[in-house]
Amino acid sequence: MDLTLLLIQLLNGVQYGLLLFLIASGLTIVFGIMGVINLAHGSFYMVGAYLAWSLTAWTGSIFWALLLGVPLAAMLGLLVERLFIVHLYNRDHLQQVLLTFGLILIFNEMQSIIWGDDPHSVPKPDFLQFSIPLTEVQSYPAYNLFLAAVCLVLAGVMYWVVQKTRLGMRIRAGSSNPEMIQALGINTKVLFATVFSIGTTMAALAGLLAAPERSVYPGIGEQVLIISFVVVVIGGIGSIKGAFVGAMMIGLMDSLGATILRAFDDVELMSGLSVDNLTSVTVYALMAAILLWRPAGLYGRAH
Amino acid sequence: MSDPVLATRGVSKSFGGLHAVRDVTLDFHTGQVDVVIGPNGAGKTTLINLLSGDLPPSAGRIAFRGRDITTMPPHRISQLGIGRSYQRTNIFPEFTCMRNVWLAAQSRMRSSMRFIRPAHHRKDVAARAERAIDLAGLSHRADTVAATVSHGEQRQLEVAMLLATEPEVLLLDEPLAGMGPEETANIVALINRLKATHCVVLIEHDMDAVFAVADRLTVMVNGTVLETGTPDQIRESQTVREAYLGDEMI
Amino acid sequence: MTVVPRWPALLLLAAVAIGLALVPVFGETYAIKVATRMIVFAIFAMSLDLLLGYTGLVSFGHAAFFGLAAYTLQIYSPEYEAVNIALALPVVIGVTAFVGALIGALVVRTSGIYFIMVTLAFAQMMFYFFHDSQIAGGSDGAYIWVKPVLAVGETILIDFEDRATLLWFALGLMLAVYGLLIMLLRSPFGQVIQGIKVNEHRMRALGYDTYRYKLVSYVISAAVASLAGFVYACIDGYISPELLGWKESGIGLAMVILGGMGTLFGPIVGAVAFIGVEELARERELVGFLADHFQIIMGCFVIAVVLMLRNGLAGSLGGAPRAKPDPVETEVPGGEKP
Repeated sequence: MDLTLLLIQLLNGVQYGLLLFLIASGLTIVFGIMGVINLAHGSFYMVGAYLAWSLTAWTGSIFWALLLGVPLAAMLGLLVERLFIVHLYNRDHLQQVLLTFGLILIFNEMQSIIWGDDPHSVPKPDFLQFSIPLTEVQSYPAYNLFLAAVCLVLAGVMYWVVQKTRLGMRIRAGSSNPEMIQALGINTKVLFATVFSIGTTMAALAGLLAAPERSVYPGIGEQVLIISFVVVVIGGIGSIKGAFVGAMMIGLMDSLGATILRAFDDVELMSGLSVDNLTSVTVYALMAAILLWRPAGLYGRAH
Repeated sequence: MSDPVLATRGVSKSFGGLHAVRDVTLDFHTGQVDVVIGPNGAGKTTLINLLSGDLPPSAGRIAFRGRDITTMPPHRISQLGIGRSYQRTNIFPEFTCMRNVWLAAQSRMRSSMRFIRPAHHRKDVAARAERAIDLAGLSHRADTVAATVSHGEQRQLEVAMLLATEPEVLLLDEPLAGMGPEETANIVALINRLKATHCVVLIEHDMDAVFAVADRLTVMVNGTVLETGTPDQIRESQTVREAYLGDEMI
Repeated sequence: MTVVPRWPALLLLAAVAIGLALVPVFGETYAIKVATRMIVFAIFAMSLDLLLGYTGLVSFGHAAFFGLAAYTLQIYSPEYEAVNIALALPVVIGVTAFVGALIGALVVRTSGIYFIMVTLAFAQMMFYFFHDSQIAGGSDGAYIWVKPVLAVGETILIDFEDRATLLWFALGLMLAVYGLLIMLLRSPFGQVIQGIKVNEHRMRALGYDTYRYKLVSYVISAAVASLAGFVYACIDGYISPELLGWKESGIGLAMVILGGMGTLFGPIVGAVAFIGVEELARERELVGFLADHFQIIMGCFVIAVVLMLRNGLAGSLGGAPRAKPDPVETEVPGGEKP
């Protein structure tokens, strides 16, 4: 395997990892502070991606789509919190899982009704259409770099919000000790609604941003949800730092692992099963290994 | 004196920067009630948690009959014959009192990996459970759901569950807190009866009860053992007087 | 002390069983298939209830075992002749239980929310395993061309090609599972897992190695789920990776909650009711264009169940088994029935 290919895969891994972090951090914050496990988190990614498609088609640019899509997603998050999630505080995980499972079914069918079941691609903005040549034959698309940069900036903004602002202080207090929020007399109703809306908007934003690169099709929400679960489990539930480390590990594992395994695509383990069939399985194997070592994730608190 | 049943050597436990228990070396013997006293936060409950395996020590060693049990998980320590009761009632609230005690008694079956015959056909378990609930003076509540009995009765249930595991070493963490005078007298009498054949370690704040059962007193302050001795020695001890007992106690 | 169903529950169970048994007498092929699916999911939901309602483990990946069993049967079946049930069933149960033990050894180390997420992730791993590889048709799925038979020598006793036979076989299996699980829950083992559900920490302090008991419960539950997968694969003879998917797992959970968790009887009612509602939601005359998007109705239904039906149907119908108060009392001769 040559070095340029490795570099490309490395870049892909980092970029995918950053995107995953954007999604998984929302999931982990919602759980850490509100104690709610939200299966419908991936659905917001899906909504973001489809918004990117229709808004770009309407306005002609992904940037307008972002500008319009983010507030729409925030409002949708708020609506879902007020209508459904509000009933889940202080309920056990099983009921949270089931209610948000029901939400996924509804979201998926709404997607089918509104946007149909065909896959779509979203055009990249003109000035990011080009690729950066690395060698004579290989190049790296500029949009992917842009995507990585935006995710990095957003991660930085999030770090700043969590570390330096009043909301961030509450978020930190809440995720390390949920009773503290009540003790401090913070209005939980407003805080929870805000946190849920922010968390889901981050997922939707990830969907909006990734749409031009990864295209838009039914079922993307669940794919993203489950891989985010893996990220959150690896990092430790409720830990933003853990989400970052987990996301990077999964991102790199996914791209580098796939590259390595693909090199062995002619090796058959048994009839019908060759080594490269196992690429999707590798991230779960990584999770299993980490859980063997630390059952509460890398940065999770053991119960 | 005979070999100790349970012994700690330089046992410490810290949580982050907080040293809950520091360098505790104690021997516990059969036929003797050891009472650990000290102000709140002295590390008494942490010491019990270390002995029962609920917490692993940060340093030091613990031995049961000469066998190192320092890093043993709690269920294996329990199977060796070291049983404990909890300061904060730790029961199965939605089960009846009898079912609580039953689960404790059943733990002494060689294995509960038995899938076919109904549990209640086990006469040996039933007998053990009934004797324990009777000793703790809770027979009249056997069929009542544990969550609905009084706080004092839940404390008795704690004791009953401990007895049903038929331990050699009884670690009692404030068993009397919340009990009425009659139940207290009952349990005090029970402890005095059990001590001939058992090794009892008791944490207690009720000083009347303490002096009624204690053969040896250990005073803990700030995670360390301040002094160990007979009740009379402790009563006379100047160090203890200054550090803890003060004037209010004696 | 023990799980004793009240007589209204047994009566209702008998009514449900007789009703399902009579479907082949009066119903068309389609009705028989629906009824068989109801029975399949009743078995699946009971296997989940052992974990959810009696061990306190919320598995969100249980369909992995359901699907694995279906795949095992497909792979084990010869292409042009019928496989003998007497051989296939033990193989399917054995393979599923083995995989259940492997996965269980890992997931049972975690608890609470981690357990939910990790069970889902492992199920997804198995989903991708069958989806991406060419074993049994990959993402396209595969067929069992000749349905299994139960044969002694040359004599065929049971032939799953006959839909009514399959239904009755499934029904017998369901009743057997119900009886076996009640036996299990009354046994010393059953007492331990129920104790773990209520207060695992205390069980450890009492000297129980709770990890082992939870693991065994997990493996038994996987084995029971494999029975459901086995029968399911015989309904249409078609299997696909979706059988292992998270949607099937979620549906299983919904059935348990709908019927009443921790009642064993409830999940049967829940499965029958859930599939019944699903059939109605696909009825074009009833719901119009939504029939093409019936999942939206199922989604609303699931949410309504969570918000409104806390004890499940069995709780409301008085079908919940009661915890007998006292092991001594239960020794009264004839005082209880399984």
